[in-house]
Amino acid sequence: MFGKPVFLITDLLIFALVFVIIAFFIYAMRKPHLRAPWRQVVRSKAGVISIMVLLVYISIAILDSMHFHPKIENSSVEGEEQYNGEIQSVFDQIVAEIRNSTEKTYSAPFAAYLFAKETVQLEDGSKLREHPRLKWGGVHLDNPENEKSADILSLAVTGIVKAFIAWLVLVALLCLMLSLRTKNSLSTVVKNIVHGESDIPWRTIATTLAILLLVLLVGAEWATKYHVLGTDKVGEDVLYQALKSIRTGVVIGTLTTLLMLPFAITLGIMAGYFRGWIDDVIQYLYTTLNSIPGVLLIAAAVLMLNVYMGKHAEEFASLTQRADLRLLFLCLILGLTSWTGLCRLLRAETLKLREVDFVQAASAFGVGSTQTIFRHILPNMMHIVLITIVLDFSGLVLAEAVLSYINIGVDPTMNSWGNMINSARLEMAREPVVWWSLAASLFFMFTLVLFANLFADVVRDALDPRIAKQ
Amino acid sequence: MIAYIVRRILYAIPILIGVNILTFLLFFVVNSPDDMARMFLGQKHVTEEQIEDWKTERGYHHPLFYNTEEQGAEKFTKTIFYTKSVRLFVFDFGRSDSGRDISFDISQRMWPSLAIAVPQLLIGLLVTISLALLIAFFRGTYIDYWAVVICVALMSISGLFYIIGGQFIMGKILRVVPISGFEDGIFGIKFLVLPVLIGIVGGIGSSTRWYRTIFLEEINKDYVRTARAKGISEQMVLFKHVLRNAMIPILTGVVVILPLLFMGSLITESFFGIPGLGSYTIDAINRQDFSIVRSMVFLGAVLYIIGLLLTDISYTVVDPRVRLN
Amino acid sequence: MNSRSAILIIIFVAFLLNACSDGAWNNPYPSEGKGEGDTKNVIYSSFSERPKRLDPVSSYSSNEYQFIAQIYEPPLQYHYLLRPYTLVPLTASRLPEVRYFGENEVLVDEDALDSIKYSEYTIKIDQRIMFQPHPAFAKNVKGESVYLNLTVDELDDIHTLSDFEATGTRELTAEDYVYQIKRIASPYLHSPIAGVMREYIVGFDEFRKQASEKYPNPNGGWHDLRDIKLAGVSVVDRYTYRIRIKGKYPQLVYWMAMPFFAPMPWEAEKFYAQEGMEERNISLNWYPVGTGPYMLTENNPNLRMVMEKNPNFHDERYPSEGEPEDKANGLLKDAGRKLPLVDKAVYSLEKETIPYWSKFLQGYYDASGVSSDSFDQAIQFGSGGDVQLTDLMKEKGIQLETAVTTSILYMGFNMIDPVVGGDSEQSRLLRRAISIAVDYEEYISIFANGRGVAAQSPIPPGIFGNIEGEAGINPFVYDWKFNEPKRKDIAVAKQLMKEAGYANGIDPKTKKPLVLNFDTPSAGPDAKAQLNWMRKQYQKLGIQLVIRATDYNRFQEKMRNGTSQIFQWGWNADYPDPENFFFLLYGSNAKVEHHGENAANYSNPEFDRLFEKMKNIKNGPERLATIKEMTYIVQKDAPWLWGFHPKAFSLFHDWYQNVKPNLMANNLLKYKRVDGAARQAKREAWNKPNYWPLIFLGLFLLVSLIPAVIAFRKRERSTLK
Repeated sequence: MFGKPVFLITDLLIFALVFVIIAFFIYAMRKPHLRAPWRQVVRSKAGVISIMVLLVYISIAILDSMHFHPKIENSSVEGEEQYNGEIQSVFDQIVAEIRNSTEKTYSAPFAAYLFAKETVQLEDGSKLREHPRLKWGGVHLDNPENEKSADILSLAVTGIVKAFIAWLVLVALLCLMLSLRTKNSLSTVVKNIVHGESDIPWRTIATTLAILLLVLLVGAEWATKYHVLGTDKVGEDVLYQALKSIRTGVVIGTLTTLLMLPFAITLGIMAGYFRGWIDDVIQYLYTTLNSIPGVLLIAAAVLMLNVYMGKHAEEFASLTQRADLRLLFLCLILGLTSWTGLCRLLRAETLKLREVDFVQAASAFGVGSTQTIFRHILPNMMHIVLITIVLDFSGLVLAEAVLSYINIGVDPTMNSWGNMINSARLEMAREPVVWWSLAASLFFMFTLVLFANLFADVVRDALDPRIAKQ
Repeated sequence: MIAYIVRRILYAIPILIGVNILTFLLFFVVNSPDDMARMFLGQKHVTEEQIEDWKTERGYHHPLFYNTEEQGAEKFTKTIFYTKSVRLFVFDFGRSDSGRDISFDISQRMWPSLAIAVPQLLIGLLVTISLALLIAFFRGTYIDYWAVVICVALMSISGLFYIIGGQFIMGKILRVVPISGFEDGIFGIKFLVLPVLIGIVGGIGSSTRWYRTIFLEEINKDYVRTARAKGISEQMVLFKHVLRNAMIPILTGVVVILPLLFMGSLITESFFGIPGLGSYTIDAINRQDFSIVRSMVFLGAVLYIIGLLLTDISYTVVDPRVRLN
Repeated sequence: MNSRSAILIIIFVAFLLNACSDGAWNNPYPSEGKGEGDTKNVIYSSFSERPKRLDPVSSYSSNEYQFIAQIYEPPLQYHYLLRPYTLVPLTASRLPEVRYFGENEVLVDEDALDSIKYSEYTIKIDQRIMFQPHPAFAKNVKGESVYLNLTVDELDDIHTLSDFEATGTRELTAEDYVYQIKRIASPYLHSPIAGVMREYIVGFDEFRKQASEKYPNPNGGWHDLRDIKLAGVSVVDRYTYRIRIKGKYPQLVYWMAMPFFAPMPWEAEKFYAQEGMEERNISLNWYPVGTGPYMLTENNPNLRMVMEKNPNFHDERYPSEGEPEDKANGLLKDAGRKLPLVDKAVYSLEKETIPYWSKFLQGYYDASGVSSDSFDQAIQFGSGGDVQLTDLMKEKGIQLETAVTTSILYMGFNMIDPVVGGDSEQSRLLRRAISIAVDYEEYISIFANGRGVAAQSPIPPGIFGNIEGEAGINPFVYDWKFNEPKRKDIAVAKQLMKEAGYANGIDPKTKKPLVLNFDTPSAGPDAKAQLNWMRKQYQKLGIQLVIRATDYNRFQEKMRNGTSQIFQWGWNADYPDPENFFFLLYGSNAKVEHHGENAANYSNPEFDRLFEKMKNIKNGPERLATIKEMTYIVQKDAPWLWGFHPKAFSLFHDWYQNVKPNLMANNLLKYKRVDGAARQAKREAWNKPNYWPLIFLGLFLLVSLIPAVIAFRKRERSTLK
């Protein structure tokens, strides 16, 4: 093993979330009425593409959530292994090479030299002003000016070949599996896929798989020799930072919404349906919370957490744990400020639905309120909830950047796109512009949000009872 | 109707009390009077005695909620909570910790915030609603598909990026408008162009997409189909029926933003050097001027409650099926 | 339809812009039309944070001094051009005369340190110095004050100070200076130097007591301090006053060059204390009254502050002597001219660096600092490592001035901490190992673009006691190599760790890597990189650094309670004297025990003894020898990593003249000169609006309407079917 495992609170929550999703999946497979809409999802092209891309992001987030104290090599004292106090994740081990490949300061993508000139002292004490070679990026080249493009190309070819082989193997396995399941001959299966004549768009899946493998493997090939996305001010690899930020983004986007959903749904529907004093109490609750401007509430809460952590510094053995607690707290407090919005929408919608004929008819026939809510109100709300989740997911990932700007976002030591953009905003004033940090964080964030939105659109089309009717 | 409004106004009082207690607690945990004194008196050569004096002078030497040393009602009135928070209910904001009159400052700083926020909201609404209607008109075609993709792309870009990019292109490369600053009166327009434009562009993606969803939902309803079956032209259907019915969720969304109009935008104002309430709040947070922050929170709460009341009233105006009681 | 409205808006806006200013479109100073404001004798500058208060008794930060130092005049000032920093009279007619008294009021020699009981400073000020025009001085024909006994009703139409029609002036007297010293002692004005002054000024505490007895209510109107006696401060005649202090305190004269000791007319205090003034935010904090070269005429700290020439300013001339190179640099061109040279200064609020920097490049600010991120754009290093401007800057005619600041950014060890602190050899070696490991040269080059000098001792260059060259290096951290200090190899540090018992950074008690806590108030985009870097430095020794970043309040609280281990802080010189730096390590100033400024809580009896001696003797060989001894002690004990002295780089346009960095003086505005016509020409050349891309964008949108309309028609027909 790598070392002694550590479970951060958000790790546990993520594992719990994964468990719930898997459990729901298994449950839904057995119920036709639940399975039908999800079938529709995997039958749409946009659906499968976004699922595949999101899976890549989520796997990285999960790998990055398995934390441990690494073992210190050859340090066992009296037969007991010694562990480093630092916390690393499995993902850190996988990308250990680029993680440890720090340079002195800025270097451009694929550069072999530092971005800025430096004064170098020669052996005899004289000084020279030049772009020094990088310690790691392109260090295997004797003469970067001439050899670099050819080297990059040959690495790319190696990556393409690897990707092609991997793709062939995977697709062959897939065909085999399909032919066993459908009891069709292998050639029929292949023909169907090639012509796109299958229920599930296997052709699209295969193409997406090819593109993903290509990006991943060529990128990996390059990353072993170069800083694919350059390095930042302290020489840390930007690609590594962008990858590490995935976990932060996914955690904020999912945990925040999940933490607030139960409150929002229960209270929103209750207020709209029962009205009277229940409505008053719930409205009081959310109006009070909502009338405090969100940023101020977050600021106060985060400052409070800082005070708490300052006073109980000894409880946080490491920076990672502190940062993690702050992340969780940020999710909580963001949840606290955002549930009210959904709650209000649901209440308004319930008020409207309550006046609709079939609900009125149900209560006229003496159907119980719980049943009415679950039968008639809740299903008619699900599309609002889902749209809100989607809007919130991207909104939350983006809000994190704004909060970092006023120093009330995630911990400044934590890798996040917000922190990256925030540093990059100063880099934009440089001349020549240092664009790669900004570009990398924007690209990674953009991809996540884009595919999450596409996925959600598909899910919405599948789930919305009114759309499904047509 | 009037009874309803009166009830809602009465109902605002407990909310304001709740807000007051909550913010009071939150900020007092973070920021004790000692901290405030130190913040105000500066960093060098400050003695404990000076801090005590400062606290006494500004009334921070009392206990928080309950004064055991006093008699009768003074047990409650001679407390920090009473002296600092209760007066807010009559809109007496008092003076900031640096000694300026807060009401005066708010009345001055409100206008720049509104000068940015109102055009941004109105033009933004106009642009996004027309865009969304247009997209709804083309629903199911490639135009619809790509418009949604573009909206999603616009949504996925951080607001900070719009500001940095906007200043970079409009101010620095094209040199069409001043990069930042503010001026009262008609000359001020050139300072407003960039922040308003950036605000609108930044919001286009998400709002258009949201409104499109609402319109599509409305379009798929039976009455719209009936109307269309009657031979009413598509434009008429969109304008007369769809737009009107879709106004309910749109209004709900807009009213939520209304209090923020007065409060100004924190980030935009500080980036563009606009002396509005947003930058006032940010400054107050940064210099931990408790009195200003509390006043702003209170003001925000009041505006928000007014906004809610307006929404509910507008429901009945737009959609007579909703009954208020 | 939407794109059409967008085009309409663009056209409308463009029209408006064009209509209201025929100069550059992006001019941020619009109300002054073309030609007029720009060629005028005006300086354009900025401020990043609104000043908290503009009262000389309490202002103590540079953003406040930026304004009040131009308005209030203490008796002394620093010479603009001469180095080392030299005090010269400002309103005083000559430097203060000092007499020393022993027992029974016997005059004694200044070197008889042990027998001095009191020192007495006599300051004589010039005659016929007038205050700026101000309503507080306004008198009617009968000679009665117009605005000193106002009723609330009379204030009805008053919103700002300029709404008072009449103004007046009055001659400056010694009484005004004495009044201000009483204000320092006042219990309700919270002067930051009250704590220092009570140690010295005779009768300070009694005065404070009497004042609080006479005025028990801190808020009730004007506190007339004229009748309350402050024993140590007295008026000798109309133009002379005297300050008597306990013992000897040669540093007092430096305080007399700071606005704390500027005159305050009682009329002003009475005027502002009237009922109804504060509700209108008309207070001394916002509308200063002074004798200085400028007066504040527009005070909108949310937007801009404007200072204009004081018409009553006394006759002060541009200095005619300077350092040898000053003449060649053109700094003596204005010698003998009447100050101030510029009529008006406009300060705009500018919080973000990007707009600030861009406006400087567009010519809308006359001078600018260099932030870390615009650095590469502005400055490059020459072949020999010397600093040069980039071609872009040279093309624009921008000039550069650099100066090592009289401040220090250090990393301190809490000396009462059991691990890193204390007088044990183990902790001393640990501290020294860390001193070597944290590579401040790298820090400066990464985070400050080389704008700093690694510190060898607490005393920055330019202050007496700083030793240049080989003799001045810290022998525990540096070697002298190639004619410059070279940080010792990390192997040396590792060896020290071994000697301290922490071989490879393993704590023998826990058998785990040593964990140290680092407290810092830093936050913001750059903090993460800095903190990561700091962690890496400690990792070189196998030490795990836990970073505890908090807000500034919490940080200070930790410092007061002494619960920190390692911390980062800085100090800015109040005055150019080594005492102002060594007192940060003086045992009786320890933060935890004595609430002083010694945040490291360092206490070494030998150092303290030498400090007491050094502080009272004149600059000379004896003082230098003492300082050397003290420096060696602290270098050996290493209570701080000495960190670095930041270097200030300032850029300015070629129309902005008489620029010489002076880190001690704050009243520099009066020496500056601008060439308005040159500025106007350059601004116009640099800011030609580039609107063609926008017109193309508009055309593009128009053209793209055509297929949209076609699609619309088609769709309309198809849905009708």
